[in-house]
Amino acid sequence: MTDHSADPGDLPSTVRGTVGALAADGPPSAPYRPGRTLPLRVELVRQLRRRRTQVAFGLTALLPVILWAAFSLTDDGPPTGSLNLVDLAMGSGTNFATFALFASASFLLVVVVALFFGDTVAAEASWSSLRYLLAAPIPRARLLRQKAVVAGVLSTAVLLVLPVVALVVGTLAYGGGDLVSPTGESLDYWTAVGRVLLGAIYVAVQLSWVAALATLLSVSTDAPLGAVGGAVMVAIVSQILNQITALEDLRDYLPTRYATAWADLLSSQIDWAGMTRGLFSALTYALVFWAAAVWRFQRKDVTS
Amino acid sequence: MAASALTTGVAAAAPAGEVRTSEQRIRTAGADLDTTLYLPAALPAPAVLVAHGFGGSKASVDTDARELAERGFVALTWSARGFGASTGQIALNAPDAEVADAVELVDWLAARPDVRLDGPGDPRVGVTGGSYGGALSLLLAGHDRRVDALAPVITWNDLAQALFPNAAAAQPPPADTPARGAFSGDGVFKSGWAGVFFSAGLGEADTGQDEAADASAAPPASGGSGAGAALPSGPAADPAPSGASLPASGLPANCGRFTAEVCTAYTEAATTGRLSAGMAELLRRSSPATVTDRITAPALIVQGEADTLFGLDQADANARQIAAAGGPVKVIWYSGGHDGGPPGEPLRGEIGDWFDFHLAGRGDDPGTGFGYTVVSGVRGGSNTPTTRSLLAPEYPGLPGRGELRARSLPLQGDPQLVVRPAGGNPAAITALPGLGGALGALGGRVTAFTAELPGQSAQFRTAPFETSTLVTGAPRVQLALARLPGQPAPADAVLFAKVYEVAPAGTRTLLGSAVAPFRIAVPADGSPVTTTVTLPGVVAPIESGNSLMVSVSTTDQGYAGGVEPAVWLVGTGPDAALTVPEVPGENVTASTVPIGPLVGIGVVLALALLGWVAGRVHGRRRARAAAPTDPAAAEVPLRIRDLAKTYRGGFSAVKDVSFDVRRGMVLGLLGPNGAGKTTVLRMLMGLITPTAGSISAFGERVGPGSPVLARIGAFVEGPGFLPHLSGADNLRLYWAATGRPEAEAHLGEALEIAGLGDSVHRRVGTYSQGMRQRLAIAQAMLGLPELLVLDEPTNGLDPPQIHAMRELLRRYAQGGRTVLVSSHLLAEVEQTCTHVVVMHKGRVVADGTVDEIMAGGGAATFAVDAPERAAAVLGALDGVRSVEVGTGAVHAELNGTPRASAVRALVTAGVDVTSAGPRRRLEDAFLQLVGEDTTP
Repeated sequence: MTDHSADPGDLPSTVRGTVGALAADGPPSAPYRPGRTLPLRVELVRQLRRRRTQVAFGLTALLPVILWAAFSLTDDGPPTGSLNLVDLAMGSGTNFATFALFASASFLLVVVVALFFGDTVAAEASWSSLRYLLAAPIPRARLLRQKAVVAGVLSTAVLLVLPVVALVVGTLAYGGGDLVSPTGESLDYWTAVGRVLLGAIYVAVQLSWVAALATLLSVSTDAPLGAVGGAVMVAIVSQILNQITALEDLRDYLPTRYATAWADLLSSQIDWAGMTRGLFSALTYALVFWAAAVWRFQRKDVTS
Repeated sequence: MAASALTTGVAAAAPAGEVRTSEQRIRTAGADLDTTLYLPAALPAPAVLVAHGFGGSKASVDTDARELAERGFVALTWSARGFGASTGQIALNAPDAEVADAVELVDWLAARPDVRLDGPGDPRVGVTGGSYGGALSLLLAGHDRRVDALAPVITWNDLAQALFPNAAAAQPPPADTPARGAFSGDGVFKSGWAGVFFSAGLGEADTGQDEAADASAAPPASGGSGAGAALPSGPAADPAPSGASLPASGLPANCGRFTAEVCTAYTEAATTGRLSAGMAELLRRSSPATVTDRITAPALIVQGEADTLFGLDQADANARQIAAAGGPVKVIWYSGGHDGGPPGEPLRGEIGDWFDFHLAGRGDDPGTGFGYTVVSGVRGGSNTPTTRSLLAPEYPGLPGRGELRARSLPLQGDPQLVVRPAGGNPAAITALPGLGGALGALGGRVTAFTAELPGQSAQFRTAPFETSTLVTGAPRVQLALARLPGQPAPADAVLFAKVYEVAPAGTRTLLGSAVAPFRIAVPADGSPVTTTVTLPGVVAPIESGNSLMVSVSTTDQGYAGGVEPAVWLVGTGPDAALTVPEVPGENVTASTVPIGPLVGIGVVLALALLGWVAGRVHGRRRARAAAPTDPAAAEVPLRIRDLAKTYRGGFSAVKDVSFDVRRGMVLGLLGPNGAGKTTVLRMLMGLITPTAGSISAFGERVGPGSPVLARIGAFVEGPGFLPHLSGADNLRLYWAATGRPEAEAHLGEALEIAGLGDSVHRRVGTYSQGMRQRLAIAQAMLGLPELLVLDEPTNGLDPPQIHAMRELLRRYAQGGRTVLVSSHLLAEVEQTCTHVVVMHKGRVVADGTVDEIMAGGGAATFAVDAPERAAAVLGALDGVRSVEVGTGAVHAELNGTPRASAVRALVTAGVDVTSAGPRRRLEDAFLQLVGEDTTP
């Protein structure tokens, strides 16, 4: 700590009923610059030291290992029954990584993204530290932006940790064979690795709507659980509605409609249509939710 | 042929989009047909006849017709004889009945001015339809040369082979096309499907109002409307007749709306299980095979891969025969069929493209390729099968096209005994006829458990595949069959051959969910007979490491396989191999990126950029507006004018608050709880926006995030720290968040003020309330701000700490800094502050120096034993005014008279004086306020 050098040592503190000397005239203080407030490095440290961040990273990294253990424990089953995804997942390292990404993209990763974004402002409000940050002063739009950038960095990191760990675990467990799709296509190992990672990036961008919605809820409530839970609930409701085929074309407006479009990356010729629509849909929702979040946060009376 | 049509009634329906419809009845030679005409916006236009499936009506092809009309075709739908609201009896697409009707409909179209003509009486016309309607398309094209293009969907080539298939042939036909069937005579009765098919023509005619039949056939994957190619509706899907009714024609009630001829033939077949000569002739007439050699119009042949009624071999025969006659042929195998679902929107679009090019000359040439779909056993997220479409440049084996690629896979397995139990029961279940859609697809899963019954089948396996392979078409296998001496066996063997994909773990998947039944005479002397069996045509991806297994079994639920007990010895023939066709194709993917969404992404990103720029410009403008304009005002640390805050819901927390805080002041904001102190401080920190009035600090207007807040340190409404960080880290990170140099933080002094000792390195979550309080005050002092705002700073502090705090604040203000302290304790303010602002119920009730307010000018209070008398004494003194009598005390305005003189006067007058001092108006007033507040 640098401050001890400035401490003469004999200055009394409030514990002993007196106070230390206060330099009445210091050097002229440096001007305040809004653009320097809440540097990303500072916010990153604030978030990384939180247990929930560490747990989210840990669980995501552990998931492929858990899947591998579960696969190892299951019986081969009776010699009847049709082909299933688990058999396919055990085909090769890239198949395993694809399975892991499929299994987690619809819920686990939604929760992680909702957690990082939904918790970011609401948690500060619940700790009452939000008002001191705002009075520092950190301009509200900047606070929101810096927090979103850090939440985005953390989310993207988690989204990449999962396939990377799954690729490593899968390759060690099931070998570096081709990626075989259920419709009988195969991609060589390194191409497949690239496609899986590209798929993870698509998932990351596609989930931007969850991020923006969670941010909107985060600035609207002082309860972090409400913001995270609200965003996850909307995602689940959208997934349920997507199952109702009777809705037909209306389903195209659901934000989760194209959540699995990255599966198109797994064939030799990539059909970009679903992913392009998915990105358009996700970014549109993200922009609307984000604009609403900024608008709301700028005008909000912070009373927590 | 003269058009003998008669429009009996025209009802113009409300236009849906640009399509107009009109309903009319058209009388033909043998029936009165209920028809609907769909007219596009631009006329005249080429026409397309859209025929419905068995058990449906014109209403079941409404979507198809409407889509064609939207493309610019005149579309005509009608209910066939015996269906819907049309009269007549079902003759199974007989040339002199249903086909003749369709020819007359072409005549009717030719007479209309809104249909484009190729010549007098010859309209530009195409024909399409599914199943029953598909066969009609082929038959019409064969019988009427005016048909310019056709697109038959999931239909038959030879109805006798469809209902009485025989897959075994001693001399097999050349394996030129991918799914060429054996089509040997005297087959095995497909009783399951035939019953479903026939029952759709029983009972009352469907009036066309009920769409349930089509809805049940809608596949989960297609996403299109259920009214694609109408499929024969199962009895379960036909809710109209709950009981049989006697037909008017006087035919037996079991004949329904069928002609007597059809009814008799069916009854015979269903009871004997064999194809009689009469039935054979009847089915032959209804078969496109009789006319395909005359079809030269471009034909798009669409068949389903999930179809145990009309398999891929039927489409193969149609394609082969039309191509031989010189007609351009394109073949599509899609993922549905009678066991799956009707074509989805993309496939209907391809059919539309076919007519666009061949009838209207619009669009790109769809070519004469071969498209097929690979369906995986794995289901995607929403229970939809995962599929991929492939396109081969040509359908191999057609005249002038390439040869079919086939692979021969050696089969392992010794001859095995198979037994048919007496009664043919239990029987293997491989398909669920007539269910269609999701339930039909379920059949594929059920077969894993029901398709192989113990003792009933012989199995032969290939070696595991080294590379993954895509089987495209009908595999063939050579088998040798023999009877065992002394064992029961009829003259003919009826057996069912099928192919499984077998995973190393033993998981079996029945390819195509289909079986190939065959009937073959076996020599009585026990010598083996060799035959080649053509297995069902499939599109099946075989994973590397898996192998194929041919199974030959004695029973199948869907067929009339006979009831006598039988024992056969089944082995592979001299050529112990399974021949597997392959048609390499390219994946059909729209690898082009759709423009609309791409532009949309660009627009979204541009909007985001625009919003960001606008936000920055706005922020800069606001910063400029907040800058101080009056240099004199810049010297005033805090100036509050007419401040008011009304919360949502109408609660007015602060009204008309105005006061100044000047440099060097320690100003106390005094008031009971709820007086509005904290609301003022919140507005001062830019946390909430005032409803009216203004706050300026050092001449700059204060609002949310105003830069001038950097010169103010605040502790308002309790501490706020990150509980997972230590006290020291909290302060360090907080200062880092302000973006100012670390050297200016005076972190050492701040930590000294907090006085937490070694606890600063513990997590804040473990701190006591007082420790947090001290840490928060230290945080407010970080960087030694010019204006320090503390809200109830002594709450939760020990008396020595409170004392130290007073000392601290006094000294803080001495160096020209300013302190604003809020408190609800009078003593606190009195001992700490130089100035005081008293608030009550959101308003300022007093404002001045502490001495001023405390002393209240020259007023004095004397505590006496006899207030009344004392008042009289004081009132008599010179200059003394405003004498008031209180409880045990008397107050007076001395006006220059020394207090000592007054005491002397009182004592002289015999009044005992306990104490004498300045009158504490503030305390009086404040106690009054607090008292008022605390009374319930």
